[in-house]
Amino acid sequence: MYNKAYELINETKENNCRISDIVLRNECKLMECSEEDVRSKIRKVLQVMKDAAQSGIDKETRSVSGLIGGNAVKADQYRKMNRTVCGDVVNRAIARALSTSEVNASMGRIAAMPTAGASGIVPAAVITAAETIDADEEAIIDALLTASGVGQLIKKNATISGAEGGCQAECGAGAAMAAAAIVELYGGTPEMALDAGAIALKSILGLVCDPVAGLVEVPCSKRNATGVVNAMACADMALAGIKSMIPFDEVVDAMYKIGKAMPAALRETSMGGLATTPTGETLRCRLIGKQ
Amino acid sequence: MSNVSIFEIMGPVMIGPSSSHTAGAEKLGKAASSICDEDFDAVDFYLHGSFAKTYKGHGTDKALVAGILGMSADDERLRDSLKLAEQKGIKVDFIETDLGEVHPNTVKIVIKNKDIVLLTLVGSSIGGGNIMINEVDGSALEISGQYPVIIATYSDVRGMISKITGAIARNEVNIATLRVSRSSKGEVATTVIETDNAAPESIVDEILQIENVISVRVLNAIV
Ligand code: SF4
Repeated sequence: MYNKAYELINETKENNCRISDIVLRNECKLMECSEEDVRSKIRKVLQVMKDAAQSGIDKETRSVSGLIGGNAVKADQYRKMNRTVCGDVVNRAIARALSTSEVNASMGRIAAMPTAGASGIVPAAVITAAETIDADEEAIIDALLTASGVGQLIKKNATISGAEGGCQAECGAGAAMAAAAIVELYGGTPEMALDAGAIALKSILGLVCDPVAGLVEVPCSKRNATGVVNAMACADMALAGIKSMIPFDEVVDAMYKIGKAMPAALRETSMGGLATTPTGETLRCRLIGKQ
Repeated sequence: MSNVSIFEIMGPVMIGPSSSHTAGAEKLGKAASSICDEDFDAVDFYLHGSFAKTYKGHGTDKALVAGILGMSADDERLRDSLKLAEQKGIKVDFIETDLGEVHPNTVKIVIKNKDIVLLTLVGSSIGGGNIMINEVDGSALEISGQYPVIIATYSDVRGMISKITGAIARNEVNIATLRVSRSSKGEVATTVIETDNAAPESIVDEILQIENVISVRVLNAIV
């Protein structure tokens, strides 16, 4: 069992394998089941992820409150015009992350990763990265194992709940998980994967959880889109050989401490941040007036 | 540090938008109808705290009703559960209330048939889709729903626990935890027994036949 990133890296070295192999072995031991059992369970989750990442692109999807919707369609149409700033790959990922967020807010089916609010980041990242290098489904399953391994480290040493640690604990964790997964998918080393995770988490340290009207819509949906871009940029940096000056474990500790220092108003209570801006308040009144 | 399954990170597969407001609420509804185990025609939901404030936007109402109808947390019909309940002739009401010093995501569920109350349950959605049932028919308890549970109430006389656990053992059900509470000495006592494996349906009648037993409720694991 690994509790820290350095332990996970050591295990990969001792066994001369990847992070996903260690995570898979640990899961089999924990659940007392075979590797194929775990893989087939992930395969089912992956199908849900793929559907959620696509259906908001195929069809305009609106949230139950009516606050958000239709942005995945817009992002994808724009991408197809072939004149984007970030390029095709990044814009594909943005559209997918928005799609999952919109499906979630419309009461559609999603897989939490690590939470429902941040569920758009990892799927958009791994599906898009896999598509770019023509990786097969088994490789995506490996990437999801790696992502989950990073999520385990964050859950064990800090938190993955916005109510406890702010959005850095949800969208930050999602981006760190996604960054590490992409690095492994692209053949990077376990160290590179965790460097990518560390850089992604460092980049949004301090991000508060301030959903307008208490709904998982504004700013959540766009934070999923920027979360996947954060993950991709950090994966590229790590694959280029750029290291995180602060090791992953220390970044996670810092994230937890920052979360604890955050006032309750900025931890999912909608009593601060964007939720209490004039527009946030107006939207809340409009929605609660509806109720 | 305890081991964490990857499926606590990846998943659950659920209907959005929020594991506490939809997945957890659905489980609370399902727990209530499963403990009730009788036909019913009306359910009142008393919503507290954050549940009361944002239940419509989060679809908590739909999730609770989906649970009452026995749907699972990843069933896409959850969105239409209010209509489905209507079609089945089940009247549902949502009442915003203050249940006191409880978790912000707490609901009191009252299941009725022809105006007779069949079951009252108070439970909270405590995050990540996990729940805690705090009260059943007025008895305070703590049930996570992760294990099958037998809840027995009886007059507080000597030897009751051994008679009840004896009946459970005879059915080859292994007891994981057992907790006893009572309103006051010699009055009504409640025993909550979590078991490793689900008890056969016949266990309810078997325990009810024991002298001084007032009620028996069974909940199979709902996760
Ligand atoms: S702002 Fe809060 S609710 Fe929204 S995604 Fe971030 S942590 Fe989740």
